[in-house]
Amino acid sequence: MKTLIKFIFLSSLFTCFSTWAALKIEITQGVSSAQPIAIVPFVMGAGVGSPGVDVAQVISDDLTRSGRFKVLARQDLLNRPVLASQVNFRNWRALGQDHLVIGRIIPGLKGALSVQFQLFDVYKGEQLSGFSLPAKGTNLRGVAHRISDLIYEKLTGQRGDFSSRLAYVTSTPKSAGQHQYQIQVADADGYGAKTIVTSSEPLMSPAWSPHGDKLSYVSFEGTRSAIYTQTLTTGAREKLKSFKGINGAPAWSPDGTQLALTLSKDGSADIYIYNVITRSFRRLTKSYAIDTEPDWSPDGRSLLFTSDRGGKPQIYQISVNGGRAARLTFEGAYNARGRYAPDGNSISMVHRVKGRYRIAVLNLKNGFTQVLTDGHLDESPTFSPNGSMILYSTKDGLKSILAAVSSDGKVRQKLRLLSGEVREPVWSPFK
Amino acid sequence: MKMYQKLLMSVLFSTALVGCSTLSGEDSSGNMGTGVQGTDTTEGVSTTGIGSGDVFTGSPLDDPASPLSKKVIYFAFDSSEIAPEYEAVLAAHGAYLASKPNTSIILEGHADERGTREYNIALSERRANGVKNILLLQGVGENQLEVVGYGEEKPVALGHDDQSWQLNRRVELVYPAN
Repeated sequence: MKTLIKFIFLSSLFTCFSTWAALKIEITQGVSSAQPIAIVPFVMGAGVGSPGVDVAQVISDDLTRSGRFKVLARQDLLNRPVLASQVNFRNWRALGQDHLVIGRIIPGLKGALSVQFQLFDVYKGEQLSGFSLPAKGTNLRGVAHRISDLIYEKLTGQRGDFSSRLAYVTSTPKSAGQHQYQIQVADADGYGAKTIVTSSEPLMSPAWSPHGDKLSYVSFEGTRSAIYTQTLTTGAREKLKSFKGINGAPAWSPDGTQLALTLSKDGSADIYIYNVITRSFRRLTKSYAIDTEPDWSPDGRSLLFTSDRGGKPQIYQISVNGGRAARLTFEGAYNARGRYAPDGNSISMVHRVKGRYRIAVLNLKNGFTQVLTDGHLDESPTFSPNGSMILYSTKDGLKSILAAVSSDGKVRQKLRLLSGEVREPVWSPFK
Repeated sequence: MKMYQKLLMSVLFSTALVGCSTLSGEDSSGNMGTGVQGTDTTEGVSTTGIGSGDVFTGSPLDDPASPLSKKVIYFAFDSSEIAPEYEAVLAAHGAYLASKPNTSIILEGHADERGTREYNIALSERRANGVKNILLLQGVGENQLEVVGYGEEKPVALGHDDQSWQLNRRVELVYPAN
C-alpha cells in the first residue's frame, strides 16, 4: 500500500506534458532515490528580447525524464538569484535541495546570444560547474540540452545524452487499406520532429550511422525491398545494390566502414556484410534457417543475429570473420532482435512470456534474463547512447506508441505521436 | 457458415450455367440480343428482357465458381506449412499459369504482428516460397513467379486479436491488373 501511494505520488509529480512536441512524453513512473535539484528560470539580459524558449524548463524536463533527478517545482522557488553573489545556500538547504542551477542569457558576439549557467553544491556552498555557451535564437533548445548533458555528467559521473536524437517510423491510414509511411527524426525529448522520407509503401528498420549523420532504412517503394542510406543534412540518399528477395535489417559497424544486412538471394535469409569502401558483399552466415536482425558488438568484432536454426527464433553470436555461431538465449521459446548495450555487457531483445511479447535484457556476464516491460506486443528495443534507458514500441489500445524504461526497470515513460502510429524507434549515437 | 458457403457456391454456379445459355443470344455484330436485354414492340405487344443479372463473362480468375478465384492462402502461427485444403486451389493456379507462360504473378507473403519485424519479413518470404515451390511443381516457369515478403507491414485486419492475426498470416497470389 505504501509503495502504491508512493507510486501515485511520484506519477503525479513526474507527469509533464510537452505540448508543442510531435511526440508527447509522459513519465509514468519515477524513482524515489532521485536527487533533488533547483533550477532557477534563466534571466534575459538587456537587448536579448524574447528568445521563445524557456531554457530552464527544457533543462528541468530533461533531468526529470532521466528519472535520476527530482526538480523543485517553480512555485516553490523562494527567490530567483541571477548571479552567484545573490545565492544564499542556507535557503536552498532549508528547501532540501542538493544542487542549484542559475543562469542568464545575454547578447554575445555578432548578434548571437550567450547562455551562461552555474551549478552549485548547496551543502558545500561551492560551484561545481559553470559554462558560457554561444547560441543563435534557433538553437536555444540545443544549448539547453547541452547544459543538461553537462549537469547530468557532473552529478552522475555518466555522460549525458539529452542532445541525442530519435528516429522512428510512422504510419497514418489514408484511403481504404492504404497507409502513408514516414521516417522522422526528432530531438530526444520529442521536439523538432522532421520527416526525412514519405512513401505509400512500407518503410522500416531505420539504422543510424555511427556518427549520427546518416540513416539507413528499408523501403518497399516499387514493390521490392531495397536498402537506402540517406544523409540527414542534405536529404540526398543512395540505394544499395538490391537483390532478388529480402534486402533488409541494415546495421552499421561501429567504425562506419561496413553495413551488416539480411539478403535471401541465395535461398533462405542470411546475414551479409557490405564493405562501404570496396563496395563488395560478403556472406557471413550459411544456413537453411532464417538468419536476420544483425547487430554489431561495440568493439566491432562480433555480431548478434536472430535465427530459427534450432526450430524457434533465438539469438546467436558470430565472429565478424564468420565460423561457428554460439547461441546466447535459452530462456523461453522466442527471443529475437538482440541489440548490444553500449558497454557490450548486456543485450536487449524481444522475449515471449506466455504468449506475450516483452522487452528483456540478457546480462552476458551472468546469463540472467530480466523482463523489463509488461505489454502484449512490445518490440524494437533501443538503448540510449549512455545505456541508461531503453526505448521500445508498445500498444496503447489499438495504437502503436513508444515507451521508455530505464535499463534497471525503475523509470517508465510513454511517448505518443499526436496522430497516427509510431514504431521502430532507434536512438542516435552521442552527438 | 460452411453450409452457407456451399449454398452460395451452388447458387453462383447455377447462375453461371444460366449465363452460358444466354450468351448464345449474342448476335453476329457483337451486340447482345433481346434475350439479354432490350425491348421489342410488335402488334401492340411489348416484351422486355430482364437481363441475366449475374452472368459471368470475365476471366476465370474472377469467376467465383472457379478455384482460381481463391487467391489467398492462410497459415498457422509461426508456420509456413501449406494446409491440405489449399491443394486444389494451388493446383488450379499451377495449371492456369503453366498454360499461360506469358503471365507472371507476384506471391506476396505476409505475417501477423506478433514477433519482430525483420524476422516476420523472413517468415513471410518463407511462406511465399512454399507456395512458389508448389506452383513450380505444377510446371509453372520460375520467371513467372516473383516473391515478396512484406512481413507484418501490410495487415488486412487491424485488430490485435486471433481473428485479425489469422487473416494477416497469408500469401496473396497477385495477378497483373487487366
